[in-house]
Amino acid sequence: MARPATLLRFAAFALLVAFLAVPQRFAPLFVPFTEYGAPPIYDQGSLPVLALAHLGTVFVAAAASTIVAVGLGVLVTRASGAEFLPLSRTLVNIGQTFPPVAVLAIAVPLVGFGETPTLIALFAYGLLPVFENTITGLQSCPPAVLEAADGMGMSAWQRLTGVEMPLAMPMILEGIRLSLVVNVGTATIGSTVAAKGLGEVIIAGLLSNNTAFILQGGLVTGLMAILLYEAMAALERRILRAAHVA
Amino acid sequence: MIEIDSLTKQYGAATVVDAVSMSIASGSITVVVGTSGSGKSTLLRMINRLVEPTSGRVVIDGRDTATAPGHQLRRHIGYAIQGHGLFPHRTVAENIATVPRLLGWEAARVRARVEELLRIFQLEPGEYAAKFPHQLSGGQQQRVGVARALAAEPGVLLMDEPFGALDPIIRGQAQDDLRDIQRRFGTTVVLVTHDMDEAFRLGDRVAVMTRGRLLQYDRPAMLLKHPADPFVSRLTGTSDRSLKLLSLTTAAQAAEPGAADGPVVAAEASLRDVLSELVWSGAADAKVRRADGTLAGRVTLAGILALGRAD
Repeated sequence: MARPATLLRFAAFALLVAFLAVPQRFAPLFVPFTEYGAPPIYDQGSLPVLALAHLGTVFVAAAASTIVAVGLGVLVTRASGAEFLPLSRTLVNIGQTFPPVAVLAIAVPLVGFGETPTLIALFAYGLLPVFENTITGLQSCPPAVLEAADGMGMSAWQRLTGVEMPLAMPMILEGIRLSLVVNVGTATIGSTVAAKGLGEVIIAGLLSNNTAFILQGGLVTGLMAILLYEAMAALERRILRAAHVA
Repeated sequence: MIEIDSLTKQYGAATVVDAVSMSIASGSITVVVGTSGSGKSTLLRMINRLVEPTSGRVVIDGRDTATAPGHQLRRHIGYAIQGHGLFPHRTVAENIATVPRLLGWEAARVRARVEELLRIFQLEPGEYAAKFPHQLSGGQQQRVGVARALAAEPGVLLMDEPFGALDPIIRGQAQDDLRDIQRRFGTTVVLVTHDMDEAFRLGDRVAVMTRGRLLQYDRPAMLLKHPADPFVSRLTGTSDRSLKLLSLTTAAQAAEPGAADGPVVAAEASLRDVLSELVWSGAADAKVRRADGTLAGRVTLAGILALGRAD
């Protein structure tokens, strides 16, 4: 028998797919949120196309954050890179504390409108969880295990790839998951600088005073964030089981 | 043969190992004993260059260890540590195969060697090869740690408090196993411990260190009979030194021809145990019986007492 949590996940996924595939069927639900006969369902573009573009932006930004944050995390946990730890931590923290909207405001004059400023903002925003979790994961490898790796005659690279990274993998994957999920929500602001995404639906609603549009944009984004979180968690369990580090 | 030549390690102003020189014979067990902070672990770790010496050198079988990159040197020297340090994400077989794989052995040779070692360490390959370290008991983990250290057939095995985390009964078994395996492979073992009983039990020779200096390096009996320094006699303990001395000799070594009326003792029993048996049974002598059942002679109370005496 399926557990309630599994059923709930499946229901959320079915709801998302159904809404993206045949949004007009849901029109009666959204009519109460419209005034003066305005359209109850977003009609200025295709919802599935926007949702995919939204996810695409998030994934590209997350991939870039992961590469940079993991690389930096590895560097500052080596004896030779330890002196860069405070500096790196400061930079990554700025990326998180600096509001993504402000990043957009600064990036647009430099790189123009479109996807690029959004990617920059999401990249900077997504660094911190991956970076901190990479460091925590690498630093919590048992000292006896590292001592043994050295004593067996592993080179620094063999030790990193064969022992340290596999043992740090649960923490790193968790950081990537956090970063991804946070950025699904944050990516909506990209629409203010003409990046394709679900923010368009929300902004269209705000401009035309159509609460139904705002709700649709918010609900689809929220459902995607929740489902992505669950999907990543399942993927993590699968990877970790295969690598025997769970 | 390991030649250690005025090996020194300094961290800033602190000298952790101070010009230690010693010569370790091939195929022997040498135990380095000392209190914590004596520099014994640092000395051991300079042999495989996990710690780079400040000065001095180590020559193993005629080759200066400084001539090859450290990690390549370490692939040819076994290394076992306290708390075993097994890789938690690798199976028992994969753990043991670590160094052979680093050395690029063929898969079939690696597999055969892993199976051989599992059998030697009384871990049935079919049952244990695919297990993960956390599924083993402490004693089994420790055995896998030693098996891994021996996997690439190293001539030298370095051990840093390898039995420190084991309870006394399993520790005694592990010490006996080490003795057997060392004889079987003819490995040169250098073992670091703070446990003087372990040093006497295992060491062909014992090196006593304190504050970075080597105080005495000799056969265990000599440490008891002729301590080079008050610190050595403090470490060995003076209250039961005659009994410790007796524990270093087996009944077979002390056996003399002749018949006895007393109890039968095993040839490999220590004179300490034989003495205890004689006191217990009130006898004046004992028959020494070999493992194959033949008699090796007798030991007498007077003979034992003579061997436990200072000379």
